[in-house]
Amino acid sequence: MTGEDLSLVLESLGPIVLGAITGTIPLALISFALGLVIAVVVALMRLSKVRVVSGIARFYISAVRGTPLLVQLFVIFYGLPSIGLTVDPWPSAIAAFSINVGGYAAEIVRAAILSVPKGQWEAAHVIGMSPPLALRRIILPQAARVSVPPLSNTFISLVKDTSLASLILVTDLFRQTQEIAAFSGEFMLLYVEAALVYWVICLVLSGGQNRIERRLDRYVAH
Amino acid sequence: MSRTDPLLTVRSLAKSFGANQVLRSVDLDVPAGTVTTLIGPSGSGKTTLLRCLNGLEVPDAGTVAVAGGPSIDFGAPVSKRALGELRDRSAMVFQHYNLFPHMTVLENVIEGPVVVHRRPRAEAIAEATALLERVGLAEKRDDYPFSLSGGQQQRVGIVRALALKPKLLLFDEPTSALDPELVGEVLSLMKQLAGEGWTMVVATHELQFAREVANQVVFMDGGVIVERGAPAQVLGSPREERTRRFVQRLTHPL
Repeated sequence: MTGEDLSLVLESLGPIVLGAITGTIPLALISFALGLVIAVVVALMRLSKVRVVSGIARFYISAVRGTPLLVQLFVIFYGLPSIGLTVDPWPSAIAAFSINVGGYAAEIVRAAILSVPKGQWEAAHVIGMSPPLALRRIILPQAARVSVPPLSNTFISLVKDTSLASLILVTDLFRQTQEIAAFSGEFMLLYVEAALVYWVICLVLSGGQNRIERRLDRYVAH
Repeated sequence: MSRTDPLLTVRSLAKSFGANQVLRSVDLDVPAGTVTTLIGPSGSGKTTLLRCLNGLEVPDAGTVAVAGGPSIDFGAPVSKRALGELRDRSAMVFQHYNLFPHMTVLENVIEGPVVVHRRPRAEAIAEATALLERVGLAEKRDDYPFSLSGGQQQRVGIVRALALKPKLLLFDEPTSALDPELVGEVLSLMKQLAGEGWTMVVATHELQFAREVANQVVFMDGGVIVERGAPAQVLGSPREERTRRFVQRLTHPL
């Protein structure tokens, strides 16, 4: 690497990290939080004994998992305006990513709820809990522990998938990189630099996952 | 309440799971302050009977009345509220303890009183601590269930049931999952509770407990009560051939 390369890397690092802080990270955090809410609702619907309700949940999960994220993003941002519904880049991106995470995480949450032994529901019943209260106090806290590793996977995937938002004009880490790369012509250097910044973010997230797992593991035998 | 007042009255109780008729017209009276043990082979219906008393299963037909509450007729649709009231009159101790693994011993015990019955936290903690002291588990109150032995977990299970202040204690094979050397500590606690006047219905294979502690032994087979009476009679000189064979098998497994 020449001195010129090095100074380009250092100069571009500021805007790229800024893109991460103002674009990639909030986009991922907000979408994941909303996606989790969707996931819990869809998982509960999927577990419902009412056929129509579980059918709607199945349809949702199938549609989300059966279509590419990029296509979902384009339908919302470029497609909706043609039926008179114009959505700005940021809300479009958040909607697409939340809906997508909701579909994948719903299956994780559903499996986690089912992994809690039936006796836990029964013990909650005996102490007088209604099913919603039992879900909140007894079942979901135990399901949370089981679902941390797979949900972390989903979150880490999401962080990287947010780079697709650059295609609908959201100024994120990747869009910043593209602009500097186009301007300087140093594609290899800048895209590798962007990759490393993503990697660092994901390493931090993995560390966070380990901490959460350790915290939730305090009540299981080792 | 005197010993002769029935605390639990069950009439013509029936329950099927699909084509499998698990209970066929069961009648049962349990006087206040007495211990009834349900014995019988697995699949005889004793667990289902217990679960019907607590609303864990909803019977198909028959009536159940607990502790002066209304006699609930399951032949007609039963409201959620009536089921809730029935459930709140009794508390179940499970074969596999079913403690909440994500809560400490103390949290397990106060969860019902505080979260469900909205009692003041400090008061619930004081009562729970006193109960835990009585069963010799005071120093375990801040431990998680996984670090306790099976016998200790089951004693916490019993304390969790007592903290609900039920009228009726139901035990579903409370020692069946325990290592043999841990059975004694649970049975002696149950014996102590019987001595304090708790009304208890216990499904069990522990014939010695039935002999020593029960006022009434009920032998079930095939979803019906085959024979009932004082322990000495049912276990000592059973009238029915099925009872005799069952007691024989349990006392002399070889």
